[in-house]
Amino acid sequence: MYDIKALYEATSVKHAVELLQAHPEAKVLAGGSDVLVQMREGKLAGKELVSIYRLDALRGVSLDADGTIRIGSLTSFSHITQSPIIRQHLNVLGEAVDMVGGPQVRNIGTIGGNTCNGVTSADSGSTLVAYDAVMQVEGPEGVRLIPIAEWYVGAGRVSLRPGELQTAILVPLQKYQGYKGHYIKYAMRNAMDIATTGCSVNVKLSADKKTIEDVRMAYGVAGPVPMRAPAAEAFAKGKPALEETIQGFGEAALGDVNPRNSWRASREFRLHLAQELSKRALRETIRLSGGVV
Amino acid sequence: MHEVQYKLVKCTINGRPVQTMVDVRASLTDMLRNDYRLTSVKKGCEVGECGACNVLIDGECFNSCIYLAVWAEGKNIRTLEGLLGPNGELSDIQQAFIDETAVQCGFCTPGFIMTAVEILETGKEYTRDELRKLLSGHLCRCTGYENIINAVENTMHKRLAAKK
Ligand code: FES
Ligand code: FES
Repeated sequence: MYDIKALYEATSVKHAVELLQAHPEAKVLAGGSDVLVQMREGKLAGKELVSIYRLDALRGVSLDADGTIRIGSLTSFSHITQSPIIRQHLNVLGEAVDMVGGPQVRNIGTIGGNTCNGVTSADSGSTLVAYDAVMQVEGPEGVRLIPIAEWYVGAGRVSLRPGELQTAILVPLQKYQGYKGHYIKYAMRNAMDIATTGCSVNVKLSADKKTIEDVRMAYGVAGPVPMRAPAAEAFAKGKPALEETIQGFGEAALGDVNPRNSWRASREFRLHLAQELSKRALRETIRLSGGVV
Repeated sequence: MHEVQYKLVKCTINGRPVQTMVDVRASLTDMLRNDYRLTSVKKGCEVGECGACNVLIDGECFNSCIYLAVWAEGKNIRTLEGLLGPNGELSDIQQAFIDETAVQCGFCTPGFIMTAVEILETGKEYTRDELRKLLSGHLCRCTGYENIINAVENTMHKRLAAKK
């Protein structure tokens, strides 16, 4: 038995919004791999829950007419990895969420939950930040679209207003077309572990594969929220796709991150990881794009 | 006094349509063990770390300890008990666990076997490394895992050979 004060099961998004307004103290329950565990730990014990898990309309990956990739917020990690659309256009996201927890956790955990809990170590977070994803939320005032750059407002906090619910994550065509991405998760174990540092890089090379036309990078656990690396990006953009650029990219990245000391790893080790992972990830994306390094 | 909320949950368990009233605070583990006496579903960590409570829901593996019983509505659930033949015979994968000494205390075994069932039913051939990853959501304190992977690998090869 869970220590749940009351459980309200939503039958539609509209109903969920009504329930959240009627019960302002209630927590949203998606897959439960965070919320139910925190309930057992006592952190959320005795809370009211609004369960949205059975809203099947919020599941699945599709392509909008304008080429936007639309990921329903309740899509499980394993379904994202298996999705043909993700495999073809945003394979790095499928790979990143394939590193969350273990197989059973990837069947229950949802991308919406992974982004709404606002934690910096979420494996989906850095890749979505690196692709400038857009969060679609629905609430009492209707639908809002929030660029991911404005989504994470602090450790464990996201820009959801009272009564609002995230319903989809969007990746626009111009953000993924022509880009290849790579994610590296550094953790102590291969399964059932949380990233010490995560690094997601994607690049677009020139037609002759010799120049980095565009590059974007984001980290998890290099700061309180998943974050972009503007200095490293500015350094490598327009430069030749060569080892020299990769080295400079890694050095520039040190100006972008501000990791903490924690029992998982020291600040110094995380700084080292930030530099090393950025270089490895950039090298791999250049290779995936057909460049030679 | 706190008012207990109940809900009728109808689902299919090991091929049989069933229904029962559950306390909405119950996990699926609670329902399977207490209401249906399916005690192959173990309570290990109860926080989704160990896989002892793993069952198949609509063909995918889930840790039933972090799954609300009310979410089972309309679902097709399979537990280890469903693998037995009509006269209580063991299935090939259960027998393989015995043959390979993949069972010691047995606490992790039902969970492992249900993941093995999901793996075997894909009909695909996996490398040993792929099997390790697919089985990585389970903890075993006794066997050291090698024999478990052997049992799954051998059964996979036997089934694939039988198909040819
Ligand atoms: S008892 Fe469910 S995962 Fe451990
Ligand atoms: S056989 Fe004892 S935990 Fe696996």
